[in-house]
Amino acid sequence: MTDVSVDVLVVGSGAGGGTVAQALAPLAERGQRILVLERGPRFAASDFTGDEVEMAPALYADAGGFLTSDGTMTLAFGRAYGGSTVVYTGTSLPPPERVIRGWSVPGLDAADLRERTRRYVDENNVHLLPDEAINENNRLFVRGCAEAGYTAHQFPVNVRGCRGSSLCNLGCPNGAKQGTHAVQLPAAEARGVEVVTRARVERLGDRTAEVVVEARPEGAKGAPSEWAPGTYRVRAGTVVVAAGAVGTPALLLRSGFGAALPRLGHGFTCHPAFILVGEHRDPITNDVGHPKSLYLDRAEAEGFVLETCMYFPFVTAKNLTGMGPDHERLMRAFPRLQMILVLACDKAVPDNRVRIDGAGDPVVDYRFTPAVVERMTAATRAAARIFFGAGAVRVHAPPADPPLIERHEAGALERRIDARHFQSGRISVSAAHLMGGAGMGRDAGDSVTDSRGRVHGVPWLRVADASLFPDSVEINPYLTIMSLADRVAEGIVDERGG
Amino acid sequence: MSTPFDLTPVRSTFRGVTVAAVPAAADFDADRWARAEAIVADAVGARPASVQRQLRAFFRVLGALSWLRFGRPFGSLGPDRTLRLLRSLERAPLLLLRRGTWGVRTLAFMGVYGQEGVRAEVGYRAMADGWSGRGGGEPWPDRAGRGVPEDSILTALRPEP
Repeated sequence: MTDVSVDVLVVGSGAGGGTVAQALAPLAERGQRILVLERGPRFAASDFTGDEVEMAPALYADAGGFLTSDGTMTLAFGRAYGGSTVVYTGTSLPPPERVIRGWSVPGLDAADLRERTRRYVDENNVHLLPDEAINENNRLFVRGCAEAGYTAHQFPVNVRGCRGSSLCNLGCPNGAKQGTHAVQLPAAEARGVEVVTRARVERLGDRTAEVVVEARPEGAKGAPSEWAPGTYRVRAGTVVVAAGAVGTPALLLRSGFGAALPRLGHGFTCHPAFILVGEHRDPITNDVGHPKSLYLDRAEAEGFVLETCMYFPFVTAKNLTGMGPDHERLMRAFPRLQMILVLACDKAVPDNRVRIDGAGDPVVDYRFTPAVVERMTAATRAAARIFFGAGAVRVHAPPADPPLIERHEAGALERRIDARHFQSGRISVSAAHLMGGAGMGRDAGDSVTDSRGRVHGVPWLRVADASLFPDSVEINPYLTIMSLADRVAEGIVDERGG
Repeated sequence: MSTPFDLTPVRSTFRGVTVAAVPAAADFDADRWARAEAIVADAVGARPASVQRQLRAFFRVLGALSWLRFGRPFGSLGPDRTLRLLRSLERAPLLLLRRGTWGVRTLAFMGVYGQEGVRAEVGYRAMADGWSGRGGGEPWPDRAGRGVPEDSILTALRPEP
């Protein structure tokens, strides 16, 4: 085992870890050693071929199909230099003030978060795409919303030189997405922060981390690690864990922190989601252009959000309910398909949590509460109205049985789309907004950290990612993670002589 | 790299599920079947050992149910009976049966739609060049730095009041 000593160790390089890395760069410039360990590899844009079968295992944990313990939902989270910011669509919204107020975290102020968000909006080139870059899949959503009496909004996105490949979820082949892999991490490295990839942190001890650096498998995508393969013991004055809402609680649990922190792993939420498809008479532009340009925010009123989306053939096939001739016919209509992603705003409940198995690997327990099922059902009805408003001839809706709803049935959506058809294990539900598990709060009785990510009772340990959320944020979480991580880093800089 | 999952013992069951889930697979030639099975074997081989065990067990369950319900091996049921059996299982009261059915049909879809040739056949054309690859213009000028502008696309597409 090789011993390494650093001043600050950051575990993870996604929206949280990447933000912390850059914010600590001034310390590196003053001679402190700042080390970031990332489990995934470092990719070049040329690695991203757009082939879902090839890219999913390279970019995602369990190829994007990490199953919850009862097998009824898959969780998608990235493993790469830049974490999940490499594989998301770049949607960048500030946290809703009502949600932050509702979290009631002592010391956490919505105005402060908003101010920090503004900085990352500028840094990440967040803007609205010009009209001519919006494809018909997205334009139909606007029209459908208007016909159905809703108001759509355009997503600000963090791209620079987007060519409209539509392949965001498989890594941008044009390097347009301004995730931490493109902005914060390179800036941090230029100022002296070290980033080591293919480095798995097994366990934390008192100001130490046991680390395994893995060799690059033969033929695998991505660069080899910056360190020689082997085991390392990293000693650090401060440790920041930003391994994501599954990875962070799991690492802290297998490191033995659960005994003093009864809330560790609890409060997991994820905006459970599924895809709806509307079939049009004529081909539309759907597999070219930014895929997720618009959304409908019904979070406050009805507990759901609808977003435009466009997925690849296998992911689409998997997410359509059923199989056989009807399913195949819909797949063969791919150029005529409009897609909407339904997301439910779930709430932290006692049974939904991250724990570890006997080997220390993460296990996510998640049950769909009746409220979530009702919200997904209501969201599906809304999406169906939007599809038909946009002119679709039929709609595929998971909580309908049979799932194909013809246009002449558009007046019977309340009957056709019903919560009783939401049969877990039959319907494909997935989630990519993973939150909670090391939530902020007052003390160890109600939380894992304070509002600056300081772990209760462990002065050298911080958390800086979506696991800090005490409940779901009810919108895409990327900018909220960055602004919270910025607060965590600020506290470290203050303490370490910034 | 992980060791590919051995589909040999369950090949006829896998192919039966695939043809039921995607009828066009009945016309697959040897190359396409080989490609489908390689995709699935690689994907399952990379999953945790517990998932691989569950998959083997579910294939055995399918075999047993086929004998119980139709008195013949799963691989010889034909697409219609296979589809009937799978559709009944995906609605089964027992979660384990629904999950297992979801899992095997997902693998079937992966083997079929994971193939480049099939993707092209269904009309999927995404490419790195994006708009310019479809005869469109060069990358759009970024409009950052002007704040968040008025949602003109929304204004333009909303119906007149």
